[in-house]
Amino acid sequence: MDKNEIRQTIARRAALELHDGDIVNLGIGIPTMIPNFLPEGVTVTLQTENGMIGMGPTPEEGKEDQNMINAGGGFITAVDGAASFSSATSFGIIRGGHVDATILGAMQVDEEGDLANWMIPGKLTPGMGGAMDLIVGAKRVILAMEHTQKGNPKILKKCNLPLTAKGQVNLIITEMGVMEVTPKGIVLKELHPEFTVEDVQAATEATLIIAPDLKPMQL
Amino acid sequence: MKKLISVEEAAAMVKDGMTIMVGGFLSVGSPIKLIEAIANGPAKDLTLICNDAAYPEKGSGRLIAAGKVKKMILSHMGTNPLAVAGFNDKTLEVEFSPQGTLAERVRAGGAGLGGVLTPTGIGTVVEEGKQKITIDGKEYLLEKPLHADMAILGANIADEDGNLIYKGTTQNFNPMMATAADLVIAEAKEIVKTGNIEPERVHTPALFVDYLIQG
Repeated sequence: MDKNEIRQTIARRAALELHDGDIVNLGIGIPTMIPNFLPEGVTVTLQTENGMIGMGPTPEEGKEDQNMINAGGGFITAVDGAASFSSATSFGIIRGGHVDATILGAMQVDEEGDLANWMIPGKLTPGMGGAMDLIVGAKRVILAMEHTQKGNPKILKKCNLPLTAKGQVNLIITEMGVMEVTPKGIVLKELHPEFTVEDVQAATEATLIIAPDLKPMQL
Repeated sequence: MKKLISVEEAAAMVKDGMTIMVGGFLSVGSPIKLIEAIANGPAKDLTLICNDAAYPEKGSGRLIAAGKVKKMILSHMGTNPLAVAGFNDKTLEVEFSPQGTLAERVRAGGAGLGGVLTPTGIGTVVEEGKQKITIDGKEYLLEKPLHADMAILGANIADEDGNLIYKGTTQNFNPMMATAADLVIAEAKEIVKTGNIEPERVHTPALFVDYLIQG
């Protein structure tokens, strides 16, 4: 798979985790591709942390509204029925458990569901923005990420970068498969047909538990 | 009381060493004209409380580019290379606060609360030096309120009394910041006669707003 196929595979599989009517907050990168892959009959409502629920698609060129952006600063539209509000209300929605799922990327994730995705000391120090609140507050935390970073495992026994949150990750979706974080460890539940279990384990530092009913990755 | 003043009069109220809350999210909902006037004015060594460092040429980041900022309390600065460089070479002091926590700290500062208890940041560097309190078996961080000498806001519509309406995603931190500073100045794109905004449409009631400027 080339880079584009990898990203599409991850986004397509992640889209299957969403249910009709879900309130969803998507991170930057691969997660922003997910709405393109929602199965027929599934409509979700997108929340943007800077203060709106009911985010619509990117406006056509020339039709941008200077008052309407997403959390990355890109121009957005509002669907019918959208509502905008303050950051306090927005994070009340996030922290208060009113967001059904957040799907985001990761630098590192580990066997205990700890996540690091906001800082590399001395190298990358943008700040956590809303990530810490989102991961603590969303009902389900789903990572949609490439399995490795330049060949190095990102799914570790223990994160060594500063954490974004402790023990909050529920599901990890990569181009190699789908993994669930459980109290016993990370369970490989679906395997992409291009890879073997051994391939996935070789690209993963954490010891994978192989689900007894391991399935081919739904694509 | 007449609240409408010039941008220059508003900028002249900014003094060395002040702590200023700046409304806006990546400059959307920021008082753009007032920021430009402060950037061109004499006041320095400012502490800014704002969601993000926006961009070097627009929003709160304009004040970093103008060399006016000593410290920032914010959630994100990845869009402003000047802020990141200042943080890395220690010419800019930065206190990171998770975005939802920052919003609540400002709200608490304006609402007479002694702080907020949040699960956000537990088990991360954010908890360092903070009190942890267990309520019904769940652990929370005590995050203290924020208050400022001045808050500068960006609104879409104001009436002459200072009632404010924000459009689209421009509310962000503005409504909370309006409540949490000694002096509050709102820059409005449109100013209408008092009576032209129905009470239930007001986002920020006029009592919080000391001065208005035309955006």
